[in-house]
Amino acid sequence: MSKAAFKNPFGSSLSRTLACALVMAFSTPALAQSIAITGATLAIGDGSEPIQNGTVVITAGKVVAAGTGIAVPPGAKTIDAAGKWVTPGIVSGFSRLGLAEVPGVKETNDTRAARSPFSAAIDVAPAINPLANPVAISRTAGITRAVVAPVAANGIFAGQGAVVDLGADLTPITRPRAFQYVEMGEEGKDDAGGSRAAMILTFRMMLREAQEFAKAPASYDGRSKDALLNRVDAEALVPVVTGAMPLMVHVESARDILTILSLRQDFPALKLILAGATEGWMVAPQIAAAKVPVITAGLEDLPSSFEKLAATQSNVGRMVKAGVSVSMGMLTGDDALQLRAATQQAGNMVALTKVPGATGLSWGQALRTITAAPAEAMGLGDRIGSLRVGRAGDVVIWDGDPLEMTSAPVAVWIDGVAQPLENRQTRLRDRYATPGEGAVPKAYEW
Amino acid sequence: MNRHGRWLLIAALLAGVAAPVAARKDKEEAPASQGSSAEPENPYPSTYKAYPGRPTVIRNATIFDGEGGRIDKGVVFLSEGKIVAIGGPDTPIPADIAVFDGTGKYVTPGVIDIHSHLGVYASPGVDALSDGNEMTSPVTPHVWAEHSIWPQDPGFGRALANGGVTTLQILPGSGNLFGGRSVTVKNVPARTQQGMKFPGAPYGLKMACGENPKRVYGGRGREPSTRMGNMAVDRQTWIKAREYQKKRAAGKDQTRDLGMETLADVLEGKILVHNHCYRADEMANVIDMSKEFGYKIAAFHHAVESYKIADLLRDNGICSAMWGDWYGFKMEAYDGIKENVPLVHRAGACAIVHSDDQDGIQRLNQEAAKALGAGRRMGIDISDEVAWTWLAINPARAMGISEQTGSLKVGKMADVVLWNGNPFSTYTRPEKVWIDGALLYDSADPKLRPVSDFELGQIGAGDVK
Repeated sequence: MSKAAFKNPFGSSLSRTLACALVMAFSTPALAQSIAITGATLAIGDGSEPIQNGTVVITAGKVVAAGTGIAVPPGAKTIDAAGKWVTPGIVSGFSRLGLAEVPGVKETNDTRAARSPFSAAIDVAPAINPLANPVAISRTAGITRAVVAPVAANGIFAGQGAVVDLGADLTPITRPRAFQYVEMGEEGKDDAGGSRAAMILTFRMMLREAQEFAKAPASYDGRSKDALLNRVDAEALVPVVTGAMPLMVHVESARDILTILSLRQDFPALKLILAGATEGWMVAPQIAAAKVPVITAGLEDLPSSFEKLAATQSNVGRMVKAGVSVSMGMLTGDDALQLRAATQQAGNMVALTKVPGATGLSWGQALRTITAAPAEAMGLGDRIGSLRVGRAGDVVIWDGDPLEMTSAPVAVWIDGVAQPLENRQTRLRDRYATPGEGAVPKAYEW
Repeated sequence: MNRHGRWLLIAALLAGVAAPVAARKDKEEAPASQGSSAEPENPYPSTYKAYPGRPTVIRNATIFDGEGGRIDKGVVFLSEGKIVAIGGPDTPIPADIAVFDGTGKYVTPGVIDIHSHLGVYASPGVDALSDGNEMTSPVTPHVWAEHSIWPQDPGFGRALANGGVTTLQILPGSGNLFGGRSVTVKNVPARTQQGMKFPGAPYGLKMACGENPKRVYGGRGREPSTRMGNMAVDRQTWIKAREYQKKRAAGKDQTRDLGMETLADVLEGKILVHNHCYRADEMANVIDMSKEFGYKIAAFHHAVESYKIADLLRDNGICSAMWGDWYGFKMEAYDGIKENVPLVHRAGACAIVHSDDQDGIQRLNQEAAKALGAGRRMGIDISDEVAWTWLAINPARAMGISEQTGSLKVGKMADVVLWNGNPFSTYTRPEKVWIDGALLYDSADPKLRPVSDFELGQIGAGDVK
């Protein structure tokens, strides 16, 4: 494809632009024609192991069948994927995708608002830019959905995160206000004034204020000197205390995990999700018993802070073994850019099964941590994250084992809509496929 | 966000601090020993000694020799710290020595990371252990990274056990134009940095162009605040260095100046320049500067736009040390592409995969795999064994240690990794790692993995990490 771009740069780029525009114009309504992908090594994403010669059928933007021995419906567009792998689109369990084009350039960075008077009420959904280049770059790597969280900048509560799709269109939101995000570890204590004791007290008092607001909205005085929350933030925490909105809690140490689990004694409706949980393996039975899902970094194995002293790559495997539902996401590293590290995280979980004394995951379990598990943690397991019947037609065809770093997608669908796999990086690659200036300056090669 | 967080933290900490006056020699009382003749040859010498190893043979393994060669069903024989023999299945080996069957496994030279901050930005990442950037002046060639290294950084052990890293260059950070001297160490735990120092390895000089120096110092209202300011301060410094070096070479008496000693050694080719630089246009400026003052650049580090000037880099014999896929975290990284490494390689320039990261150093083989796969998809057909040069002989050459290590050649240091599968696979990990012939990691032996003083007695000490 790069050679073609050089032979006829204007023609190919125009057709590319046009193709992009068409996708953007028509992507919201799912295509009516069925798509059947056949002959693939097929992984469903639900934890089951890949099967040979699998077929996936997508109709009206949804998976209608996936497995072996499936008849291709008449009139379906059939895609032969023999020798290739097919998976559900990858779901990033944690990110800041679409909130920063260049994280280090503050003008482009919408992840945090240190000078805002608001915290819990902040809603990232309208700030997410589906045209940010990291979206297209992540899509090219097979990421089709992502959990997007705000960064806490004004107290322990960061605001409300969203679940997005990475389609090449202007409607990225799968679920707005999908969860509230709170810092309850080293970062949280700092946000709360300097100590964990203050942090826990702040957390309790803020939830009580939300309860007060729920009881009598009109009489809640968010401007009084004693109020910790203004009216808007108090209102935003009401669905958290009632359990209508999940609360994603960033904690790393075993101690902090137990603390947050125990807070449910006072606030029994809290629907918790643990983010981070680097020392989760130490208290895995308690997490499992509490039926709280975990989203973690996967490869964290250094005591990079004092709340991660027991870090080990076996954290995921040990928690899964104890019955915890574990997802992986960008809890460390470039959370706005490198969502494509998901397959590397998962692949390394498989590698651990061959390391004596380590605890890893089977291939199917590993894929689940970056597909069905994060979807389920967000309460969206019936809609996205796997190729089970009825789920969104988010499908990726890979040129090899998707958990190998030498593999890449050759086709991506989101909601049954074929996606472009070009981006700024592929265009730069094509421009500089040959070094040196040609007959015309590089600036004319596009 | 480890590196960004760290960077922002440092920048924030220093933002309100009045910039101290750059160290000036005329403010200092001259030491007792004056003049270039008094410059000690090697004041912080290596005390590294190879640990004893048993004569060892690995056979039936697929071998990447680190220089682009491959041997199937190969034999490697290590003895007395050196590679004694390497070859095909018929390679003669002595009787009654330890033999490991490498069927289905791979043997490579130990991974060399040309860009690490282990020890100078140690774990845990608290302020008290943040010793990588002497950001009190943009020109600090007088600082030496080795004087910041904390040998108890748990990161060294992870790089060994998970990454098969046997040699690494520890550099100062990139806040300054002249960041200071780097040092090359063997990845063998020791009580002192001297105990890790790679015997005979030349020093490096860390330089930086681009956003970091101009942001740090421009933010304090001082030079440099622009890219042209970066270049101007660099050139003024080289003018001074040239004068110092001329006097020194002529045996003229002058007050010792640690920074000038380092720069004079660069001008005399004794210290290798490792230049942090992202953008193609800036690398071209730096190349011209090196010619203006008569020094050689060993490698551009990070070099996310090397693919745009791969021909220029080839023609000037400069290596590029690159990430597999980092991009876009700051403006000068905006044009990073996964094909950078293979495009540089295909142009005939020297390509190296580096980490600059305590996590990435544990998976340099996988970072190389990302680049390898991306290259193959655009039609750049590089074999696995040739791609391994990015982690072996190429960094060894850029660090000036290719006579001693960096490939599996007879007589070289027995720095060897036995991988439990193809090392470009995500599913592969080091099974055994030898450094100078001593077995220092064995995945099957729980006691044969390092536990640093920091971790000893803590929760998780000795756990499989």
